[in-house]
Amino acid sequence: MTEETMDTDISMPTNTVEDFLRMERMPHIWCPGCGIGTTVNCFAHALEASALDLKKVAVVSGIGCTGRVAGYMKLDSFHTTHGRAIPFATGLKLANPELKVVVYSGDGDLTAIGGNHFIHAARRNVDMTVILINNFIYGMTGGQVAPTTPIGATASTTPHGNFEEPFNLPYLAESCGAVYVARWTSFHVRHATKAIREALLKKGFSFVEIMAPCPTLYSRRNRLGDGLDQMKFYRDNSEIRNGADTKTVPLTFQGKITVGKFVDKDKPTYLEAMNAFYAQKFGDKFTPYKG
Amino acid sequence: MKADPKGVMTGAYFIDGDHACAEGAIAAGCRFVAGYPITPSTEVVERIAERFPLIGGMFIQMEDEIASSIAIQGGVWAGKKAMTVTSGPGFSLMMEHLGLAAMTETPCVFVDVQRAGPSTGLPTLPAQGDMMQARWGSHGDYAIIALCPNSPQESFDLTIKAFNLAEQYRVPVLLMLDECVGHMTERVVIPPADQIEITPRRYWEGSKEDFLLFKADADLVPPIVKAGDGFNIHVTGLTHDERGYPVMTPAAQEKLVRRLVDKIRKNADAIVEYREDQVDGAEIVVVSYGITSRVAIPAIEQARKEGMKVGHLRLITAWPFPTKRIRELSTKVRGFVVPEINYGQMVREVERCVAGRARVQLVPHGGGSVHNPKDIYAAIAGVGKG
Amino acid sequence: MADLPEKKKGLGSVVINAERCKGCGFCVEFCPPRCLELSDQYNAKGYHPPVLSLPEKCTGCNMCGLVCPDFAIYGFLFKKKQK
Repeated sequence: MTEETMDTDISMPTNTVEDFLRMERMPHIWCPGCGIGTTVNCFAHALEASALDLKKVAVVSGIGCTGRVAGYMKLDSFHTTHGRAIPFATGLKLANPELKVVVYSGDGDLTAIGGNHFIHAARRNVDMTVILINNFIYGMTGGQVAPTTPIGATASTTPHGNFEEPFNLPYLAESCGAVYVARWTSFHVRHATKAIREALLKKGFSFVEIMAPCPTLYSRRNRLGDGLDQMKFYRDNSEIRNGADTKTVPLTFQGKITVGKFVDKDKPTYLEAMNAFYAQKFGDKFTPYKG
Repeated sequence: MKADPKGVMTGAYFIDGDHACAEGAIAAGCRFVAGYPITPSTEVVERIAERFPLIGGMFIQMEDEIASSIAIQGGVWAGKKAMTVTSGPGFSLMMEHLGLAAMTETPCVFVDVQRAGPSTGLPTLPAQGDMMQARWGSHGDYAIIALCPNSPQESFDLTIKAFNLAEQYRVPVLLMLDECVGHMTERVVIPPADQIEITPRRYWEGSKEDFLLFKADADLVPPIVKAGDGFNIHVTGLTHDERGYPVMTPAAQEKLVRRLVDKIRKNADAIVEYREDQVDGAEIVVVSYGITSRVAIPAIEQARKEGMKVGHLRLITAWPFPTKRIRELSTKVRGFVVPEINYGQMVREVERCVAGRARVQLVPHGGGSVHNPKDIYAAIAGVGKG
Repeated sequence: MADLPEKKKGLGSVVINAERCKGCGFCVEFCPPRCLELSDQYNAKGYHPPVLSLPEKCTGCNMCGLVCPDFAIYGFLFKKKQK
């Protein structure tokens, strides 16, 4: 973007989001009306608001459309293998606890192939922030069914319609031990920004699900219009129920969406538990592990 | 630089190969291990789990080998020397991440204590059936280094070497034990820390502005940095340019992947290592590695007693393979004998290098036990008779 | 190239990078005072980028900037908020 001379009395403000992006790589690869870019705005603003030392923030993603987020963030960023962002992030965090580790990936990546790692990191309460963009589909590979695809929706590998029960992600995260669980949509930009900031500043396994349109595949195959139509749907069919029992917030095909902050509790993180345990066992012989 | 004395268990011990490997890792400065139990490798991580808490190391038993093999890479990028340990079935699971480490040039160590395969096979019994997998197991073109200890002492020594080579060449290095070497108990001498040479990580020392994470030095190896130091690195398994940014073109592929392969191929002279015994002037050369190299000794001695001129070439690096030396020998000897506990893996490398100039006799052996030296002797005698 | 804000009207204004826009329409729909609309003009890629059609109504709330998936628009206040 070039700056021209102006004859007004206001100085040109910058879009602070660009401070967090590798602008030399723009434009990004996401489709018109895709919600991922919207969530990146929320992430950038949340990082800004969190006042974290950006040198210590590391973003880890997997494979898929959302997985490409890591490549666009101007931070230490790692675009790892499909489903394995979380164990890589675990390694980063445990090797250097000073790092603030954020996993930013999609529903298929994190809960299908990555499901095992998701539940164990939550169980261990490894201190990391997991931002899961849920577009109910495998976008990058052409629109296959995902563990979040609602019953009745069509995907390229369920061309006659999906009959598998999808995950209720907040319920899954809570049941595995996540200390912070929230769901918003890419329409709820201010709520999502606040949730990401809270999750970033929260100790432990913090999980934020953000629903986003996939106009090219999920919406088109299911005749749901384009990205804007999906965003309007989120606006008109979401109900905010902070503190709701996560058992009660499953999603159905074009059904009611429950959003909000569902879980926010405190538990020792993996490293806190480890240090406390070994301190008790070994006394002075043990130096608390700091990396 | 010298090893950090904290953690080096200087002294003479009666321990097995798995335990010696753990001590070698600790002596080399490894302070991050992620692993998963699998016979006959589990003792390595069990010892690490025992030792790490009091020397500031981080060990975590991950939920599977796939998680372990990438958690160590997170550990490396956060600044630690890292290792994972497994056997055949786990080794297969780790292949994707071995490729990731090669592609992203992440220095780390993968230990495979080989057991009989394929599949679940014979979990508690030895084999050497993963040797080709070590070289070619992940998809695509890349190169790695693989070392073969034949004793607990060598398990200690070569683990240190593995870490040093990983840092020198910014590459994953494999340590190919077998169940025999892993579970045999022998004397292992651990020297004082100031007698142990450690290769430090090749960190970039210039300015942030000039740094390119995948721009190689003259030896084809790029300097590295770690997360948290403000370099805003990007590391991806996609084909990438010197900045680390994905570039989806054949030109980028050629530039990057050719260098990954050449990084080891062109430095092979410095990396390749083997031990020779009476190879100069020999008519028959036994090429062996791992436990089989010890089983071959009585066979070789018997043949020598009968007047045969038998040399013994023992691989320390299985990969890169000592191509030059075998090629050179192939013009001078009558033949090679290659005993291995598989149905023919490293023999193919010998055949490749020999290119028909001499006889190559494989002595195969099914997984589950070591050779009877008589079989190796019979092969030597057979080659001797021509 | 960005469109520059006009002389001070309303509480704030927007900066639009027309070439980056993909015409998704989020900003138009979710602008609370509804002061944006997609222009008749095309950018180089064939999309209709937005224009600030009612600048006096712009509150500088940056809702457009938050929802834009392409980082092609953002809003700003003329005066910084008093603390």
